[in-house]
Amino acid sequence: MRSFYGVTLSSPLMLGTAQYPSPAVLQEAFRASGASVATVSLRREGGQGQAFWDIIRALGVHILPNTAGCHSAREAITTAQMARELFETNWIKLEVIGHADTLQPDPFGLLEATEALAADGFEVFPYTTEDQVLAARLLEAGAQVLMPWGAPIGSGLGLNNRYGLRTLRAAFPDVPMVIDAGLGLPSHAAEALELGFDAVLLNTAVAQAGDPAAMARAFGLAAQAGALARAADPMAPRDMAQPSTPVIGKAWL
Amino acid sequence: MKIDVNGTAHDVTATTVAEALAELGWAEARVATALNGDFLPKGARATTPLAEGDRLEILAPMQGG
Repeated sequence: MRSFYGVTLSSPLMLGTAQYPSPAVLQEAFRASGASVATVSLRREGGQGQAFWDIIRALGVHILPNTAGCHSAREAITTAQMARELFETNWIKLEVIGHADTLQPDPFGLLEATEALAADGFEVFPYTTEDQVLAARLLEAGAQVLMPWGAPIGSGLGLNNRYGLRTLRAAFPDVPMVIDAGLGLPSHAAEALELGFDAVLLNTAVAQAGDPAAMARAFGLAAQAGALARAADPMAPRDMAQPSTPVIGKAWL
Repeated sequence: MKIDVNGTAHDVTATTVAEALAELGWAEARVATALNGDFLPKGARATTPLAEGDRLEILAPMQGG
C-alpha cells in the first residue's frame, strides 16, 4: 500500500462514524473491521460533541475530519481550519459539494480549496470523481492523495465507472488513492483493491446493515483479500476457453 | 449585547469571544469557533472583542462519513 502523507496504514479500510444505531454498535463495528482510519465531522455543539470525542479517541485509529456539507471553497476552508484545531491533525477529507442530488464534487471549488489548504500546511484528501484532468490539477495544487468516488455518496452502487477508475489508477501510478463513497457490498471493496486502489472509505454500507459489526468485518476481510490479490499479480482475462487440466497423456477411449 | 450563536439569538454580557463561551457554558468544552464566517483560533478568543450582531459558530466533534 502506498503511504498517505508518510503514514502507512495497517488496514486498507477507512470507516465512517455516522448513522450507527448506537455508540456501542459503532465501537463494535470498528473493532470487527480492523479499520485504520475513522472519518469524523464538525457540527454545531448541542451537548453531544464531548462524549463523541472520547469515543473516537478510544478507537485508537487515525482520524480524518471531513468538510461534508460544504458547498463553497470558502466554507470548506473555514471548516478545515476549525477541524485542524479540534482534531489536532493536518489531514482533511475535502468535500466541496456541487450538486444536491448526486452529491457530486464541485471541481472548481474543490481545486480552489485544495490549493489554499495545501499552501496552509494541510494534508488534503480531496473527494473527487474519476476525472483525470481534475486529478492532475488537484495534484498540481498540492494534493498528494486522491479520493475518487465509486458512486454517489450513500448509493451503494459500487464502482460505477470501472473503465474510468482503471484509467485514473494507471495515469498516476505513484499517487495513493482511496475509493470513497458509493460502496454497498464487500465485493465492491475487493474490486477496488484489485484494481490497484490503496484503500476504500465507506460508511452507510456498514452503519445501515442489519448487523453493522458483521458487515464491518466482511468489508475488512474483502479489502484485505483485494489487496492480497492485487499484490499477487492477477492473470489476464481472455475471451476463449483454455483447458486447465493437461491435455497430454489423456487416454484414447 | 445581542449576538447570534449557532443560528440562535443570544443576549450576552460578554465582551470577548472567550467570555461568551464561558457565559454559554462551553468554557472547558472541546470546540472550535468561527466569528462572522472566519475561523477564530482558540488562542485568539480572549483578545477578540464581540460587537452587536456578531455571528458566532461553536462547533464540536461529530459523526461523519
